[in-house]
Amino acid sequence: MWNQAKKLPYLLIAPSAAFLMIFFLYPFASVITQAFEHSSTDGYSLTNFQEVFSHWKFSISLENTLLLTAAVVPIQLALALLMATMVNSMRKGRDLILYIWTIPLGISDLAAGIIWLVIFEQTGFLNSLMLNLGLIERPVALLTYQNPMMIFVAIALAEIWRATAIMLVILVAGIGLIPREYYEAASVFRASKWQQFIRITLPLLKPSLQTALILRVILAFEVFAVVAALGGTLFPVLMGETYIYQFDLLNSGAAAAIALVILGLSIAFTLIVLRILKVPKGVTM
Amino acid sequence: MAIIEIKNIAKTFGTYEALKDINLTVEDQEFMVLLGASGCGKTTLLRIIAGLESPTQGEVWIGDRRIDHLPARERGISMVFQNYAIFPHMTVAENIGFGLKMSKIPADELKRRVEKNAELMHIEHLLKRYSGELSGGQRQRVAVARALAMEPDVILMDEPLSNLDALLRLEMRAELKGVLQQSNTTAIYVTHDQVEAMSLADRVSVMNAGEIVQADKPMELYRNPATQFVASFIGSPPMNFLIASNTSNGFWVIENETLSGPSIAEQSILLAIRPEDVRLSDSGLPAVVRLVEPLGPHLLVTTDVGSNQFRAILDSDSQIQEGQKIFLKPNVERIRWFHPETYRAVF
Ligand SMILES: Nc1ncnc2c1ncn2[C@@H]1O[C@H](COP(=O)(O)OP(=O)(O)O)[C@@H](O)[C@H]1O
Ligand SMILES: [Mg+2]
Repeated sequence: MWNQAKKLPYLLIAPSAAFLMIFFLYPFASVITQAFEHSSTDGYSLTNFQEVFSHWKFSISLENTLLLTAAVVPIQLALALLMATMVNSMRKGRDLILYIWTIPLGISDLAAGIIWLVIFEQTGFLNSLMLNLGLIERPVALLTYQNPMMIFVAIALAEIWRATAIMLVILVAGIGLIPREYYEAASVFRASKWQQFIRITLPLLKPSLQTALILRVILAFEVFAVVAALGGTLFPVLMGETYIYQFDLLNSGAAAAIALVILGLSIAFTLIVLRILKVPKGVTM
Repeated sequence: MAIIEIKNIAKTFGTYEALKDINLTVEDQEFMVLLGASGCGKTTLLRIIAGLESPTQGEVWIGDRRIDHLPARERGISMVFQNYAIFPHMTVAENIGFGLKMSKIPADELKRRVEKNAELMHIEHLLKRYSGELSGGQRQRVAVARALAMEPDVILMDEPLSNLDALLRLEMRAELKGVLQQSNTTAIYVTHDQVEAMSLADRVSVMNAGEIVQADKPMELYRNPATQFVASFIGSPPMNFLIASNTSNGFWVIENETLSGPSIAEQSILLAIRPEDVRLSDSGLPAVVRLVEPLGPHLLVTTDVGSNQFRAILDSDSQIQEGQKIFLKPNVERIRWFHPETYRAVF
């Protein structure tokens, strides 16, 4: 009996573990080998990485990816915190607002990109609005190579619109876990609403902030469809380059190398976030 | 000067009346205990004073300041919460200094007050710890130190000892009383424990179903309960209640025993006798012994007088067996009389 009871958890875990082995670990291992293998050399080498790094588009895509992340994630964090605080102090209609705010989550990233393209393209809503207001005399092409800033703004807006809710739901759940007692104690002990937010909410939200930030930053490094829809080839990003290497240039070694670069970035930022939002030893929340 | 005046405070949750027209004055530096069974509205009243709940009606004054419309932080009140509410992400020192920091007290003064109050509560060796590394009793001390560090005019405490084990509770009770006596604060202390209430309070307000039934000095409450509820609530074992019938002006008879009492024109009267206010005798109330419990210094004897249960505390030398018929002579001075319909004391 005892033996069986001890085996049961492993038996139950086995199918999912096997599934992950076959469909995740195996491809993952094969991507790693691909990245270090090159037809011009025997055995393992860094040739793929050299090829990728020396291409002129690499540094631009890396820069674009990092810039986009740096612009989008802090805004989303601030917005998500603000929205989560608002939702949590609502008495009625809390769930309704939450559902409405999370609608963009249900839309694929490509669709989200296309929605914003419809707004920004030459025959789009923004142009007709400006025409009707008399701000412009005829429709202008907004998303062109002469206008890189506009492309960046459009992509950033689409990303903010699309993915803020991911952080929002995590933070709403996290704020909901903070006992009301702490706020009551803080208010009795002279803390204003703002001080309560800074001194109680933020520190007690650290675990949720970690999760939200890590998830969001990793997704930002993988940004692809929104950029493809709005920027096309005018705004190269790392994930887009991976796609081009793999499917247009049929160079899976180089594609694998960029994929590993993205992985490296993700791991590095995860460690940084964990470090910054570390919960001091001895604190039990 | 921190006189707390509670005027006509009422609170309804939906249709439920948690507090009904509460009036109470707590004198400057007085230790007032709110005593009542769970659910009678003690916490609600305390939260209204603290500003954590808004009253449906009524006013709260501290000195000459009306405070019921002010946010909690502007009321000049400190509070010890039932579950302490020690901030888990701050050290003990940061917790004690929290209110001072929020009030922008200069750093050196803050440090001085944190240390002083930590010493007062004997937790100076714990200042660097987090709340997760403290025992229940230590957390309780932090909560008190945090409240005292504000040097408030008014301190509110909601069952601060109820989460401690019995021995610790006794120890903290004595300590709390000493500390508060020295601090010049007006205190309101909530508890459902009558022993705690009696031992701590300058005055006790007994609450029942959202009302204050009696506010008096502990001994006064014990000797002269204003209603039958207070009489039954205060004292352990509780008072005995018997119904007597009117014979002539001021004389009441019960089981052939005639007692002199108040002259009211009622057929019957409710009388209450504390178990320690009877003695074994040759005549008096006839009682059949049901249970004898030796308590060391005395015997607790549970009997039937007529069809009523009646408890007596007798000398431990008394030779009493279960089933025995005895006579109990009440100390007439100590009998309390209650009107049979209003249940209010009559004299
Ligand atoms: N926020 C609330 N909503 C609804 N009912 C409440 C609320 N707070 C307290 N009550 C009710 O009011 C009554 C008094 O509660 P409380 O003041 O906590 O009692 P006590 O502290 O004396 O045990 C209880 O019946 C309780 O259920
Ligand atoms: Mg309570």
